[in-house]
Amino acid sequence: MTEKHNQEPLIKIRGLSFARDERWIFDNIDMDMQRGKITAIMGPSGTGKTTLLRLIGGQLIPDAGTIEVDGLQVPNLGINALYSLRKRMGMLFQSGALLTDLNVFENVAFPLREHTKLPESIIHNLVLMKLQAVGLRGARELMPSELSGGMARRVALARALVFDPMMIMYDEPFTGQDPISMGVLVQLIKSINQALGLTSIIVSHDVPETASIADYIYVISNGKIVGSGTPDELNTSKSAWLQQFLNGESDGPVPFHYPAPDYVQDLLGRAK
Amino acid sequence: MIDQFQQLGHAVLKILANLGRGHIFFLRIVANIPGILLRPYLIIAQIYSVGVLSLSLIIVSGLFVGMVLGLQGYNTLVNFGATESLGAVVSLSLVRELGPVLTSLLFAGRAGSALTAEIGLMKATEQLSGMEMMAVNPLKRVVTPRLLGGMISMPLLAAIFSAVGIFGGYLVVVQLLGVDAGAYWSQMQDKTDLIDDILNGVIKSIVFGIVVTWIAVFQGYDCTPTSEGVSRATTRTVVHSSLATLALDFVLTALMFNQV
Repeated sequence: MTEKHNQEPLIKIRGLSFARDERWIFDNIDMDMQRGKITAIMGPSGTGKTTLLRLIGGQLIPDAGTIEVDGLQVPNLGINALYSLRKRMGMLFQSGALLTDLNVFENVAFPLREHTKLPESIIHNLVLMKLQAVGLRGARELMPSELSGGMARRVALARALVFDPMMIMYDEPFTGQDPISMGVLVQLIKSINQALGLTSIIVSHDVPETASIADYIYVISNGKIVGSGTPDELNTSKSAWLQQFLNGESDGPVPFHYPAPDYVQDLLGRAK
Repeated sequence: MIDQFQQLGHAVLKILANLGRGHIFFLRIVANIPGILLRPYLIIAQIYSVGVLSLSLIIVSGLFVGMVLGLQGYNTLVNFGATESLGAVVSLSLVRELGPVLTSLLFAGRAGSALTAEIGLMKATEQLSGMEMMAVNPLKRVVTPRLLGGMISMPLLAAIFSAVGIFGGYLVVVQLLGVDAGAYWSQMQDKTDLIDDILNGVIKSIVFGIVVTWIAVFQGYDCTPTSEGVSRATTRTVVHSSLATLALDFVLTALMFNQV
């Protein structure tokens, strides 16, 4: 791989616009995700962070703009080209999206069985190696219903890694996890990124966990990028909105109170 | 007034759009059938869960329906001294009509609703999305084997229903009411035609099998991915496939058994 190729971002998004039900989820945004780095997309709930991952994965088509992944224009790809690109992308869904009728081993083996004709002994070894990486080799016989939320996500991570993808997308990996599972996931994402040289994209609103491992952060709100930079750059940002978001303050540019008439007038029943 | 027209138009357009989506969906599944035939174990697993697990329901229902037919037929025919024809009455009603139709209705309630709920929940829990992101086409991997499983199981279940029903009729007519066994069986053999009765019944059950399973998998695949959406889709499966069965039965009967 040449030096120049290395510096070229893996994902280039230019002028992306996407609307749903006449509401602009993204309004002309540009983003770069560098190879081998962890890029985080943060923002309040409902800002379309998951939608962004679906756009990158080609499950949704943008209304305008381009999405380039490893030199390929995702929205223009035919179904076969898109499927072969997806084999090089891993995606971790918020729920894990494990197949509930298969056990842990078969879930991780699923992509191998679907796409390859590898002998059983190789599938066995590949699956155990991936399960070992997420610490769940001993849980191979369990069914998804017997797993905790954090374990389900780790199994899903093993499954996403089974094809040694070039990149992996995490959809809210930390939501609803207890502190230990959270710590495990944070460590896993970081160590997998380093060990395998993956490009990682994390969509999250868990600020401290994400900031602790991200190389670069984009903050999205109301369809626009309201801040971007390394975690340190964002922390020293002057933007009052960003400071409120990053520090989780209850009042600020995003007011605590939903717009309402004057309180005293309202209590006295004189408000309109 | 204009509002009502608007609502009517909206409703009609919605129905047409649904029908269109359903047909495109069916064609896409059919296009995937050759690929999935190379992996027969996927289809066999579905024949088991859709067909074999419905067996007890079909057998018990068939037995009782045959017994009731025998009893009712006896009560009427005994007045004319024509109880020897009971074999033909039981077998013709079962093979031509009750076998395919009742099996289809039971199948819609037992297997169709389960198919819808299963696919709907897979959609709601992002399993279908997850497959797409693993470059696996859920239409091919999940839906096509289920459609094939239903299509294959339904005629077999209908045949078993009729056979058990005929046995149920025998139990009541011959064993309980004392009609001559030879008359029961020979009348049945004499009056039941292989092409006109049995083959037509089999064609009916094949058509019902395709339609009921198609409705079930489409409703599951097309549902709103929430718990409410899945429950609505399950209800729609049972209602639509029952209505489709009864309406199609009239059309098929008119085509097959008209004497004009």
